[in-house]
Amino acid sequence: MTTIAPPVVRTKEPSRSTGGRSGPVLWMALPAFVWFVFFGIIPLLGVLALSFTTWNGIGEIVPSGLDSWKATLSDPGLPHALWVTFLIMALSWAVQTPMSILIGVFLATSKRYREFLAVLFFIPLLLSSAAIAITYKALLDPSFGLGSGLGIDLLNQDWLGNSTLAMATLIFIVSWQFIPFHSLIYQGAVRQIPTSMYEASQIDGAGRVRQFISITLPQLKYTIITSSTLMVVGSLTFFDLIYVLTAGGPGDATRALALAMYQQGFQANLMGPASAIAVILVLVGLVLSLVLRRLGGRADDSQLEGA
Amino acid sequence: MSNNPISRRNFLGLAAGAAGAAALAACGSSGPSNSGGSSSGGSGGGAASYWSLSGPPGEPYRQAAIDRFNKANPDSKITGTFFQNDAYKQKIKTALGANQGPTMIWGWGGGGLKEYVTSGQVEDLTSWLGENAAVKSKILPSSFGAGTVDGKIYALPVETVQPIVLFYNKKVFESAGLQPPKSWGEIMALVPQFNAKKIAPFSLGGQSRWTNMMWLEFLLDRTAGSEVFDKVFAGEKGAWSDPAVLDMLTKIQDLVKANGFQKGFSSTTADSNADQALLYTGKAAMMLHGSWSYGIQKEQGGNFVKDGGLGWMNFPAVEGGKGDPSNTVGNPGQYLSISSKATTEAKDIAKKFFSTTLVDDEEKAGWVKSGGVPVLTGSESLFTGDDAGFLKDMATIANGAKVFAQSWDQALSPTAAETLLDNIAKLFQLQVSPQQWVDAMNGVIGK
Repeated sequence: MTTIAPPVVRTKEPSRSTGGRSGPVLWMALPAFVWFVFFGIIPLLGVLALSFTTWNGIGEIVPSGLDSWKATLSDPGLPHALWVTFLIMALSWAVQTPMSILIGVFLATSKRYREFLAVLFFIPLLLSSAAIAITYKALLDPSFGLGSGLGIDLLNQDWLGNSTLAMATLIFIVSWQFIPFHSLIYQGAVRQIPTSMYEASQIDGAGRVRQFISITLPQLKYTIITSSTLMVVGSLTFFDLIYVLTAGGPGDATRALALAMYQQGFQANLMGPASAIAVILVLVGLVLSLVLRRLGGRADDSQLEGA
Repeated sequence: MSNNPISRRNFLGLAAGAAGAAALAACGSSGPSNSGGSSSGGSGGGAASYWSLSGPPGEPYRQAAIDRFNKANPDSKITGTFFQNDAYKQKIKTALGANQGPTMIWGWGGGGLKEYVTSGQVEDLTSWLGENAAVKSKILPSSFGAGTVDGKIYALPVETVQPIVLFYNKKVFESAGLQPPKSWGEIMALVPQFNAKKIAPFSLGGQSRWTNMMWLEFLLDRTAGSEVFDKVFAGEKGAWSDPAVLDMLTKIQDLVKANGFQKGFSSTTADSNADQALLYTGKAAMMLHGSWSYGIQKEQGGNFVKDGGLGWMNFPAVEGGKGDPSNTVGNPGQYLSISSKATTEAKDIAKKFFSTTLVDDEEKAGWVKSGGVPVLTGSESLFTGDDAGFLKDMATIANGAKVFAQSWDQALSPTAAETLLDNIAKLFQLQVSPQQWVDAMNGVIGK
């Protein structure tokens, strides 16, 4: 987990800075750099080395060449885990992005009641994933949960025991947890849009919807990319929530890559193949964040397009 | 130990790396409570550490044994740390791999113990037990099997003998006007009758996976006897391909398809005792579970056990099956090993703990009180009071069994056990067919 976190920070930073950094500022990055080397790069190299060995976690580490990689790449569980990971990523992005933009725009206007709502919306972000998972697990339990407690049959589904429903429930909970965070980003970004643009469009006779599509959305381009990068790369590392909620189940319906890695390493005692999966996870994360940065075009493009 | 100063300095100095800090802090909080400590770290003056499972019914008696020992031996101190079942299994492996393990390693024997042995993590106790024959003679001989690897004893059987039995809610059966099943056919006949009354026929903590496994263990034993799994255990190629296995797997899926388990069984966990709650609240009629379930129901089920609501029996026979219906499956005991990485001093404390506290009469009485049959000999006379009926039956099942097989996931190596549990979960989810199950399992035989 720790090895994946730093790239998120890295990719976020350039989109904020607008170039023109000079020498003296460099040393300020040193603490972060040292941190990153110790807890990002060195463990990463260790994992890479481990993926070429056979180790049960407690005995001796025996070099075994490509054995672990062969075992991992020929395991039908790998494409399945990749697919599950991709599904979680795509679906949670598709749910979170529009919701976050709408809520962000809504909250950007400074009106007293909206500020009050903003505080409420923010609450899920304050809870830990494990606590959220335990709570939802209890609420959704078909025997002792909300549905049977209130006697509402519609709520009394096998939410976490049916493969399709379990995935949908997972996406819902992930979105519930992270929409506040992304809304916050969008709220800030919307407030940065110069009011002169809205005033000009008003003179041209544009309505609210038209303003939203022609001004707000294009102006949010970089924010969308930042927020999407966080969502996509972040969804690669979903572990705690899934582990507590479904443990990858039912069967292997929600076994994402991070979970497959954990099961190989710490339950089956196969540290070699688990490390191979970890390397794959890092590579997927790197490629995705690079692609997303490319999509954003060059950072020195004007932010005030059309102004 | 050695990287601690670095991480602390980084913590204080490098507040800048906020994201990294958050991630690291999250990792840290899931670590052990510091009371466990490392035996090799050595706080000096005769200390030994002991890790085991938390929760009822065992934890209070484990703690009591430690307290008793510490009181009797003021100059040597044992520190106990307790973990949840599933968490413990991961924790202990990681700790041993990092040489941060406890002096005394609690376990289930079998395949897990074998892995510790091949990695040189645990002490050979054979000669020590030879010198201390009095200790050995106080423990049931049948319990030593799972603590033995290649003819040498690496773990002392402790605590209780735990056969898996079929529990049922007598009140539910009474109000439904039905009789507890005596055969597999009767089980299948009961399923639609309970479903019609909106009561789950069986309670199952399916997310924990080993709970599902108990069904396979009994069904295979009843249809084909204990020989099939013996071949798997011996690493014989293609041992799962026995037709009895396919038959057994089909029966399981038939039961799942007939809604034999409560709605949402695959997201119910055993660690939270939600499966037990289904039985004592009368939402489910029956439950296949380890004998330790009795202690949990007694503690959490209010007056359920006291009022005679809980019934139990050995798993019924399967029509035309070859297996001996007296056979049982479960834990022939729990096991304590001594870490080979511990200091001589800590090892001596552990041995003293083994030879005094763990085999004394209070220990025996304590485990009887917890609702279990102790691994210590001569406990029958202690079976009195409310629990006498249950304890006598458990002792009869355990001692009367022609074969007392060890749970599969404990008998096999962790690697094979993980594949087994994974495929069992998929089987119950109807994600794999019986034939696919057999093929997948044949692939990890002997691994």
